[in-house]
Amino acid sequence: MYAQLVKSEGSKSREEMTPEELSFQDRIDRGEKVEPKEWMPEGYRKTLIRQIGQHAHSEIVGQLPEGNWITRAPTLERKAILLAKVQDEAGHGLYLYSAAETLGVSRDELMEKLHSGNMKYSSIFNYPTLTWADMGAVGWLVDGAAIMNQVPLQRTSYGPYSRAMIRICKEESFHQRQGYDIMMKMCAGTPEQKAMAQDALNRFWYPALMMFGPSDKDSIHSAQSMAWKIKMNTNDELRQKFVDQTVPQAKYLGLTVPDENLVWNEEKGGHDFSEPDWSEFFAVIAGNGPCNAERLGARVKAWDDGAWFREGLMAHADKAAARRIAAE
Amino acid sequence: MAGSVEANAVGAVDRAVCVEWLQRVGDNALILGHRVSEWCGHAPALEEDIALANQALDLIGQCQLWLGLAAEVEGKGRTADQIAYLRDAGAFRNLLLVERPNGDFGQTLIRQFLFDAFHIALLRALTESSDPRVAGIAAKAVKEVAYHLERSADLVVRLGDGTAESHDRMQKALDLLFPYTGEMFTDDATDRAMAEAGIAPLPSRLKPEWDRTVADVLEEATLTQPGQVWQHGVKGQGGKTGVHSEYLGFILAEMQFLQRAYPGATW
Ligand SMILES: [Fe+2]
Ligand SMILES: [Fe+2]
Repeated sequence: MYAQLVKSEGSKSREEMTPEELSFQDRIDRGEKVEPKEWMPEGYRKTLIRQIGQHAHSEIVGQLPEGNWITRAPTLERKAILLAKVQDEAGHGLYLYSAAETLGVSRDELMEKLHSGNMKYSSIFNYPTLTWADMGAVGWLVDGAAIMNQVPLQRTSYGPYSRAMIRICKEESFHQRQGYDIMMKMCAGTPEQKAMAQDALNRFWYPALMMFGPSDKDSIHSAQSMAWKIKMNTNDELRQKFVDQTVPQAKYLGLTVPDENLVWNEEKGGHDFSEPDWSEFFAVIAGNGPCNAERLGARVKAWDDGAWFREGLMAHADKAAARRIAAE
Repeated sequence: MAGSVEANAVGAVDRAVCVEWLQRVGDNALILGHRVSEWCGHAPALEEDIALANQALDLIGQCQLWLGLAAEVEGKGRTADQIAYLRDAGAFRNLLLVERPNGDFGQTLIRQFLFDAFHIALLRALTESSDPRVAGIAAKAVKEVAYHLERSADLVVRLGDGTAESHDRMQKALDLLFPYTGEMFTDDATDRAMAEAGIAPLPSRLKPEWDRTVADVLEEATLTQPGQVWQHGVKGQGGKTGVHSEYLGFILAEMQFLQRAYPGATW
């Protein structure tokens, strides 16, 4: 997902919990929201910082693959829609960094961890966007997969995170519809356009499935995060839902999902489908995806090149404050 | 659009002249919007990413309206998209200033400020245009551009009067781009015809307001106005008449790629 492989801190049985931890867990079980000033276990705080931070990083790195096509958008309207979308993603980053800040970590600290490689962002943004159809596929599949995860997270236990998710989800579903609209236009277009659309689906299908992360049935981290309601569903549940939702949409477009094993399973009421190549996923997470160097490089360059700008603004603020004091 | 061409002031001037002028206004928005959008995801702070995308969005929106009106006045069945995507560089009418490369963020800001100060003066005058369609577009755009100017002026002041490095970068950017401002205020036959019909102001009339805005902001920014320097494109050979810098060809190669590679496709 936008937060993949988030390591969860501590997992205790009720017998091992302190009275404070017990009453905290009870509140969560009752569906109450935790607010910034309230007591929370250190592990809960740390895990949330990791998850929200990774989510925020994904939003801002996620500007890049689509930003790649803004100057080449085929019509003025498409250009405007894409610009607005990429701007939304930057806004999502901002909400999420703000949510993380309520847990006592600054945006700059999180950015530094991203730039030094100590924090990750979603694997999906390390794939290239090669044609205009990729703008469709990204909106349809990537924003679509993000929604799968984020809709349940609107009910997450941490108040500021939950509220950020509610705002974000509204915009994400818009993004998904716009992406699908691009795909519809391409599929109803010339044979070349349709081929472009099929090629985009072929390239993004498995990376999109990877967004949910590997199966977490045996993961203690996932179990703890679910107990804290930081994670609301297992990776497999969400992946299944995504496949079941997406397959009919592909059919409607007249496109073929690139999976020979894809078949409706009446018994389970869902599709059977092939797992993505998890060795590829781990390679991408480790920094060996097709665009890791470019994506992180672009963010580091933006940050480094902008140092004089940020310092200039701070220096001016200091001067202005000094002038105000002198005038008093 | 309601009303015949004759019902509007545009009827008082040769259509071709009017289309020519509308392309000047529309192309400025299109090309500057393109340049600004190149920053998407690469700005020095997240707030800037958002603000620049917003600005690019405003400019692309304005370009759609101006080029849409150009297409309508022309009356040959072209669309704003066809005007934007299917002309070669020599048919573009934007100022040389807006096609300058982004450079560092200082150059982007100075370019924006110098243009915004001109743009606002132009749009304010256009809200009083004798052509209601022109006045209508201007009334919408003037609000957006007032905000662009507020932002660019504010950043020029803060960075000019920031650190030694930020001051130095802003001064260098100003020295680099100031020679492209003269073109904004030259009057030619097209401008005179439009002014006579009461549709648009003479560009030279906008100069005093621009001078004041620029002088005030530069003073507060502790930056030095370059003064009387060589000005590009003022002798009738500039962007306004289709004589561009080498940069425009590359902008168009990128912008028009899909329309050129897949003629007639719908997107
Ligand atoms: Fe987003
Ligand atoms: Fe999105």
